Amino acid sequence: MDKVLMKGNEAIAEAAIIAGCRHYFGYPITPQTEIAAYMAKRMPKIGGTFLQAESEIAAINMVYGVASAGLRVMTSSSSPGISLKGEGLSYLAGADLPSFVVNVQRGGPGLGGIQPSQSDYFQSTRGGGHGDYHMIVLAPYSVQEMAELTVKGFELADKYRMTAMILADGTMGQMMEPVSLDLQVAEPPQKPWATTGTNLSRKHNIINSLSLVPEELEKLNVARYERYKIIERDEVRYEEYRMEDADVAIAAFGIAARVSKNAVDEARKMGIKVGLIRPITLWPFPKAPFAKAAEHVKQFISVELSMGQMIEDVKLASECKVPVTLCNRVGGMIPTPKQVLEAIVAADKGGKL
Amino acid sequence: MSTTEFLFSGFGGQGILFAGKFVAYKGLVDDKQVSWLPSYGPEMRGGTASCSVIVSDTPVGSPIVSEPDVLVAMNLPSLDRFESAVKPGGIIFMDSSLIERKVNRTDVRVFAVPATKLASDNDMPTLANMILIGKILQVLDDFGDASVAAALGKVISAKHADMLEVNLRAMQIGRAYQD
Repeated sequence: MDKVLMKGNEAIAEAAIIAGCRHYFGYPITPQTEIAAYMAKRMPKIGGTFLQAESEIAAINMVYGVASAGLRVMTSSSSPGISLKGEGLSYLAGADLPSFVVNVQRGGPGLGGIQPSQSDYFQSTRGGGHGDYHMIVLAPYSVQEMAELTVKGFELADKYRMTAMILADGTMGQMMEPVSLDLQVAEPPQKPWATTGTNLSRKHNIINSLSLVPEELEKLNVARYERYKIIERDEVRYEEYRMEDADVAIAAFGIAARVSKNAVDEARKMGIKVGLIRPITLWPFPKAPFAKAAEHVKQFISVELSMGQMIEDVKLASECKVPVTLCNRVGGMIPTPKQVLEAIVAADKGGKL
Repeated sequence: MSTTEFLFSGFGGQGILFAGKFVAYKGLVDDKQVSWLPSYGPEMRGGTASCSVIVSDTPVGSPIVSEPDVLVAMNLPSLDRFESAVKPGGIIFMDSSLIERKVNRTDVRVFAVPATKLASDNDMPTLANMILIGKILQVLDDFGDASVAAALGKVISAKHADMLEVNLRAMQIGRAYQD
């Protein structure tokens, strides 16, 4: 199939349709509104549902409803809207429902701004709402990955009966790049737990996140974390770039990884041995490449559009064997390749910038 | 092996994002790697608009253009803001109908095209952007008739197919313009 130029937001929407999603619920917010606009245009033509809810809270609860019926369903928003969905995300986790959620981040906290940010890293990788749970968090760094990871997100959500979230940012949502929509979609699994009617041939299925007997609630939590162990073993994704002989390693995802690749190439031209580890799943976090790199690099630099959130996972994964420093911009600002290059040069000299 | 980084800037409504999209589509048609990133502030007609476009033989890294090889300035605030950012040896294209001052830099090439005036003289008042694009492609020696037509066909939706011919004519006016 020919490549087409698409915005990242549009690529997510089209990929979701390709993945078999026929139900979208949302509420507009910059910089992800193109997802809703695309769905509003396409869904009615293919027999799907586009519904602009009265609020983000309503939208996530509509997701809960459709997920209970065993169908592929999604919502999307940006940072403040995702906070509003927090309760629903926790309920989805408590009811072990598969869902697909997109967060095209903007600067915070509060209403913040509308420019790109990565400052919802803690919120998404630590669950997002109350209680013990995780979401699978996918961090695309190109429009092509926006499409591919959307399909992957629906598949993982169904496979593990949990929420998969795309954690993108304003640049990823707004930029256009050539994208191939020749996407492979696996057949969705059977969902015998779904509330699709008993046909008087089986017991009622009940979808609920309420569990008042502590012994039983404990069991549910423990069982969920047994599933998480499998995900941590089987579903970790990352890219290593020029890491073989690296003395300095950058950790970056999304737009920060794009900027960092430029800086890595420039530094290599100067003779500095630097590489990049790019987590693609933020949860489960790719611990192994950081543990391995900690044996041969003298410093990690975490490049982030936040005050330093992923840096904590880099420190944990590398067991603080070597220093981990932060190179960042916040509030909607983006580090330049020059800023990252300066951090690399300083790290190579052994000092902290 | 080459990479060209474009920055398009002007008033909202001048077709800045469209011009950028055309260049990106032309890159796609020519089998290049491309990226297009708009400014998406709270902008509206009469405000400022800009977009970064990268056309490259190799995969595009950061899509953000902070030091353009080619600056396309369609109003004075854009020239004021981005003139100093252009790479030494780079090129500035500007709409001299709307920008009265000269470029101060001496280490860049400058092409001043009275695009807005040419557009209204030729009864195509909204196509100053495409007149400038015609000049840019001529200067960059990249005005392939087939790929220009193919890119226009992609960037102009089927609904507006009647606009193809006038867009092409605008680009030819820019292509033929000499200081």
